[in-house]
Amino acid sequence: MKLVLSEEEQFLKDTAKSFADERSPITHFRKLRDTNDPYLWDKDLWSEMTKLGWPGILIPEEYGGSNFGITGISVILNECGKTLTPSPLFATGVIGAYSITNFGTDEQKKNYLPQIVDGELTTALAIDETSHHNPANTEITAKKDGSNFIVNGKKIFVVDGASADLIILLARTSGKKGDLSGLTLFLIDSSTEGIDRIKLDMADSRNYANITFDNVEIPEVNILGDLETGGETVENILDIGRIAMASEMLGNSEAAFETTLDYLKQRKQFGVLIGSFQALQHRAAEMFCELELTKSSVMAATKAADEGSNELQRLSSLAKTVAGETLHLVSNEAVQMHGGIGVTDEYDIGFFLKRARVAEQIFGSSKYHTERYANLSGF
Amino acid sequence: MSDLKKFREDTKKWLDENCPPSMRSGADSNIPVDEVWGGRNAKYKNPESKIWLDKMGEKGWTMPTVSKEYGGGGLNKDEVKILNEEMFLIGAKAPLLSFGIWMLAPVLLEYGTEQQKKEHLPKIIKGQIRWCQGYSEPGSGSDLASLATKAEDIGEKFLVNGQKVWTSYADKADWIFALVRTGPKEPKHDGISFLLIDMETKGVSTKPITLISGKSPFCETFFDDVEVPKNNLIGELNAGWTIAKKLLQHERAFISNFGLAAGMGSTKDVVSIAKKHLGDENGKIQNEFYRSEISSHKIKEHAFGLTLKRAGDEGGKASATASMFKLYGTEHNKKRHELMIAASGINGVAWDGDEFDDSDKNLTRAWLRTKGNSLEGGTSEVQLNVISKRVLGLPSQ
Repeated sequence: MKLVLSEEEQFLKDTAKSFADERSPITHFRKLRDTNDPYLWDKDLWSEMTKLGWPGILIPEEYGGSNFGITGISVILNECGKTLTPSPLFATGVIGAYSITNFGTDEQKKNYLPQIVDGELTTALAIDETSHHNPANTEITAKKDGSNFIVNGKKIFVVDGASADLIILLARTSGKKGDLSGLTLFLIDSSTEGIDRIKLDMADSRNYANITFDNVEIPEVNILGDLETGGETVENILDIGRIAMASEMLGNSEAAFETTLDYLKQRKQFGVLIGSFQALQHRAAEMFCELELTKSSVMAATKAADEGSNELQRLSSLAKTVAGETLHLVSNEAVQMHGGIGVTDEYDIGFFLKRARVAEQIFGSSKYHTERYANLSGF
Repeated sequence: MSDLKKFREDTKKWLDENCPPSMRSGADSNIPVDEVWGGRNAKYKNPESKIWLDKMGEKGWTMPTVSKEYGGGGLNKDEVKILNEEMFLIGAKAPLLSFGIWMLAPVLLEYGTEQQKKEHLPKIIKGQIRWCQGYSEPGSGSDLASLATKAEDIGEKFLVNGQKVWTSYADKADWIFALVRTGPKEPKHDGISFLLIDMETKGVSTKPITLISGKSPFCETFFDDVEVPKNNLIGELNAGWTIAKKLLQHERAFISNFGLAAGMGSTKDVVSIAKKHLGDENGKIQNEFYRSEISSHKIKEHAFGLTLKRAGDEGGKASATASMFKLYGTEHNKKRHELMIAASGINGVAWDGDEFDDSDKNLTRAWLRTKGNSLEGGTSEVQLNVISKRVLGLPSQ
């Protein structure tokens, strides 16, 4: 495993960087927030991304995708993270595309994958039920009824849940809370009768929903993967999602750090640039080191995913932990080093802080993954 | 058969015939283990240590990439990889630890004259001459460029007077590479030269310094009217600072790798220590607070290892980030030792006597030794300054 980008991956990264800089600078996100956009992502921007082939990066060529791999989509998310670009790329282009490509039946692939490639279908993974991520604690039930399953319960904090056309639901078909066995994944059209979505207002002004299921009927053919193996399957899907999210969070950190560094080189107090103060220099240097460690962790994880390494789980937890801790540090320091303007809404740096804390929670916090890393390492 | 395939077979065969049994994994644990630094006065508890050094030195395989005319192995990158792999497979011990190899040789290769390379490199490679480094002085620590040890031009020779401190193993070394002031009137960075001095010369003396760990790896070194031939000057007169900075990068890279490598050894592993002293059920450390702290540390260490790997894979960029590796390697090493002694409880602060195991007593001393890691070769604070200015381009006051 070489920790360098291939030429194609570098090309994707460069393309994504120009795109994000030109088409979705931070003003784009600010406008969505200020206009209280119902989706909090822009349909026109999404169709531009679709033209670039981004939703199909994890999808095989026979369904219209490019099969460029996790590293490919992660470098795009990394660049989008730098300008806080909201889009369905994570929930659909990573989670939806990966889940259906790897665990879907031929019928499901034929039905959904071309629609994802065309940007016509967006997806959302409904996983959490309590304030702390833990898939084993799934309680929402799917009870067998003839050739259908009847689902009852509530999912919370569903990323892109307010807009997604297709919900990937983790439900309990047997066993009890705390068991990873007895779980099954289902694909459900979000307009199915009995589904109620409540859009959430989160600190980062992105698209989330709580979703309730009231006697929702799901045909057996809509099971994703196999009955009762959803726990294992979803862990694999989540690991890919955690790695992609870590890459986006790295982008958040890089941009917040760059912006802060620029500020240290412009802002004068006591007649000198504040960047000449050792109290700030050393903290900046420490952040630089943390960012370097994060880049390596994220790249090792994306490469491991592409190469099918048996270290995938551990590297996924590593990447999510390190990216989370670095973003936590950098977002705090960025606000502090900007001084008064750092806590104004007019200035962008606060967006990074708010995005940071939400992203840290997605698919498990650094604390969750530090424990998981210990479990996977045998201590 | 391809050249590389043949090289692998020949290497395998050569190692099989020449690597003594006690220098491989699975060696009899009753045979004493030497830390082989070579030199004129080297002593060996196990004669096979000397045999192994001589065999590898003859091949030039202690510095396999250096060309044969200077006593090196003359191997290309692919061959070195094969040599390392074959040595790893039989668990071969490193034949020689050497500041000559790690620090001086790269400088000689870059700045030395043909004659200097031919004179010094073969002896470094064969482990015949043990080198030490004369940089710091009592008044010049982090502000190294303020150094005052002077070398006066007295015609054929330099006359050296002054004192160095923190010279590692100076009492055991044969030669010293030292920074001396040759231009007292020049600005401080522009009046320094890089000089090689035979420790047997009249007027050179050393005195060990006892550290908080109880050990004395460092010395004070005194120069009292020491006469040094002019052809022992490396590079131009007064151009020593450039060479010194270059050498510091090699040193920093070495210290950071050392810290990481130490973490890999099973006996020094914080997890096994924690399991032993805090309990181990179903493979889990039986204390959530320690377990969480250890996992955080392991994650950081893993990320650091991946960063070293990435720097290697990217190739050539490492020098810009040598300060980062020095900073992190040593800070991680300190943190790991703090965790190890904390997880050992009372045993983690054992000093001497029969009531404690050697492993406990050694750990206490190793922990104290790590406190020097973030001082030697440039303090952590100096590394942060270097990163701020050279990497991040932050302004000076």
